Amino acid sequence: MKVEAYVLLFVGVFFGLVGLVYWLWSHEDAGGIMLLGSFLLGCVPGLYYLWWSRRMPRRAEDDPDASLEDGAGAVGAFPGSSIWPFVLGLGATFVAAALVFGAWTLGVGLFLAVSALVGVIHESRRGGLV
Amino acid sequence: MTILAERPEVFDESFEHEPAPSGLLKWLTSTDHKVIGKNYTVTAVIFFLLAGAMAMLIRAQLASPDSTFLSQHTYNEMFTMHGSLMIYLFVGPVAFGGLANYIVPLQIGAPDMAFPRLNALSYWLYLGGGLLMMTGFVTTGSAADFGWVAYAPLSNSINTPGAGPDLWIVALILTGFSAIFTGVNLVSTIYYLRAPGMTMFRMPIFTWNMLVTGILILIAFPVFTSALVLLWCDRHLGAHIFEVQGGGVPVLWQDLFWFFGHPEVYILALPFFGIVTDVIAVFSRKPIFGYRGMVFATISIAALSTSVWAHHMFTTGVVLLPFFSLMSYLIAVPTGIKFFNWIGTMWRGSVKFDTPMLFCIGFLATFLIGGVTGILLASPPIDFATHDTYFVVAHFHSVVMALVMGAFAGFFYWYPKMTGRMLREGLGKATFWLMFIGTNVTFDPQYLLGLKGMPRRIAEYAASDGFTTLNRISSVGAAILFVSVALFVVNVVVSWLNPIPAGDNPWDAATLEWATTSPPPHHNFLKIPPIRSRRPVWDQNHPEDRIIEHHPPRLGGLMASTGGSAVLLDEVGFDGGDSPGTRERDQ
Repeated sequence: MKVEAYVLLFVGVFFGLVGLVYWLWSHEDAGGIMLLGSFLLGCVPGLYYLWWSRRMPRRAEDDPDASLEDGAGAVGAFPGSSIWPFVLGLGATFVAAALVFGAWTLGVGLFLAVSALVGVIHESRRGGLV
Repeated sequence: MTILAERPEVFDESFEHEPAPSGLLKWLTSTDHKVIGKNYTVTAVIFFLLAGAMAMLIRAQLASPDSTFLSQHTYNEMFTMHGSLMIYLFVGPVAFGGLANYIVPLQIGAPDMAFPRLNALSYWLYLGGGLLMMTGFVTTGSAADFGWVAYAPLSNSINTPGAGPDLWIVALILTGFSAIFTGVNLVSTIYYLRAPGMTMFRMPIFTWNMLVTGILILIAFPVFTSALVLLWCDRHLGAHIFEVQGGGVPVLWQDLFWFFGHPEVYILALPFFGIVTDVIAVFSRKPIFGYRGMVFATISIAALSTSVWAHHMFTTGVVLLPFFSLMSYLIAVPTGIKFFNWIGTMWRGSVKFDTPMLFCIGFLATFLIGGVTGILLASPPIDFATHDTYFVVAHFHSVVMALVMGAFAGFFYWYPKMTGRMLREGLGKATFWLMFIGTNVTFDPQYLLGLKGMPRRIAEYAASDGFTTLNRISSVGAAILFVSVALFVVNVVVSWLNPIPAGDNPWDAATLEWATTSPPPHHNFLKIPPIRSRRPVWDQNHPEDRIIEHHPPRLGGLMASTGGSAVLLDEVGFDGGDSPGTRERDQ
């Protein structure tokens, strides 16, 4: 997990340095804030991963000598077929269309989106580990 | 239904608890990354064909002076929607939604993407957004016509009223969320679902590039999606964020747009850099030269690409010219490293000029032209002289056509894995040559047109302007490109009607996706080979090369030949990878 953390920390450190130079040189707000956001986007998860990487046992995928048996067992829970992403996508599209054509598609979109959220939660609860 | 996937070799086939749906229901309900990847690819290619048809109309209009083939308004719609479909709905989605979705889990030995339902939602948002954007053509006010960059104040409700521009805005909000979700999925999958032994520095370069692309998406797309919301608020709620009348700042749109827009160029490019890297190694019968150098170059390019956004705004007069010029020049360094390593990979290799390799070589040549002219444009004096001329159009299209060739390299390379069928080599090579020639015939004259002063985005020019001959040549090139793409479609149809079985590993490739069947089964692998190097499938198929040996770093950048293959020695962090006859122990 260390390499993963370092990749994100590189992003953070790079934008920290570039953002500092840019701000001191230009005093331009929009760019400075966007670079600050990029700095945080790298540093926050990067530091979190680094913190965890020092507290967790070495994962099989980080061990160059690991065998497949070292990673045996559950990898994770994966849903099978589900209609709800389609319903949610359709709902979101109708909601977006409401921003152009007026409120008449908003009701349809919200109904589909809420149905999908309920459906996904129900589906997740009744099927295996998630 | 939710199922619990386990590592191959441990589960039996009973893990598929229910029979998967087929036909339309499969298309609507699948959360399998392979189905979603195919959906993305097919949808993106359809948008590509539509955008290509618009390009043909544009070139027909410009083939002669004082043309009335298209009205000025229709011409504006055409170049706006051509650019929008190509950039937002084809080149990006086909890479990170299509090929990466399909290939990345296979390359790292994962059973699926980390969040399969989110992955499916990404596709539906992308499709919904694409359809909404196209709906603009059937509204009374017509489709968006303010260019693919939608500069303020041209994009306000006074200058471009109507539903078409609004549909463009909300469509890109949807596709923006789609891209962000895909970025999250890619990063999570690569961080958490690698097979045992698949360390970060054993991942194929394509997967590395998709990881970096995923992070770049997370940096760039939220800014653009937020800016679109602000633009909608300007148009409908009178927010005046980008309007001078209410105290707003029009150039702020450019700042926000290009903070997304320039990284977007690399969000488009990095996946194809990855494809080209992997394909060149396979068809040179060699490991990748300078693997770690490639990784660091990718990360450097991505980082630098996010700090050069205002080089698109030199002529606004409100940006820090030396900073953005310097940072833009710096991108040439890691890109140069990549070119060096691509050539190094081919050097003394046993190069086979199959169709994917031809497209890679076409990519190198075309991207070099686009890259070198990009360095010219990074110089403010040159940019001031050529800004908003056809020189910029030509530069941009050299870059993007190189990426399209990278995409075709990927199509031809992975089509056997995705379908179990081979594409025809003869048709493929004809496609390549026509595309390569067509690209240069179309866009090289546009550099000259730009230097002669032809502005971009004009529907007409006069015969006395002296632009006619070069425009005619350019339009002939576009027709050649049209034929090349038509041949590709014919190739797909032929392979579908009269299939040639591909086998599991038709290219004798080295990375993990070639260890499984073509097409792969649900959850990808029935058996994963031991991962002891960057080339696990090569190790399995060529045990004579499985010699554990470590090459210590040496200075000099020398190339030594061992066993008929070149081993490129380490220098300042570049390693030669695991060559035939050698295998390094990374980490």
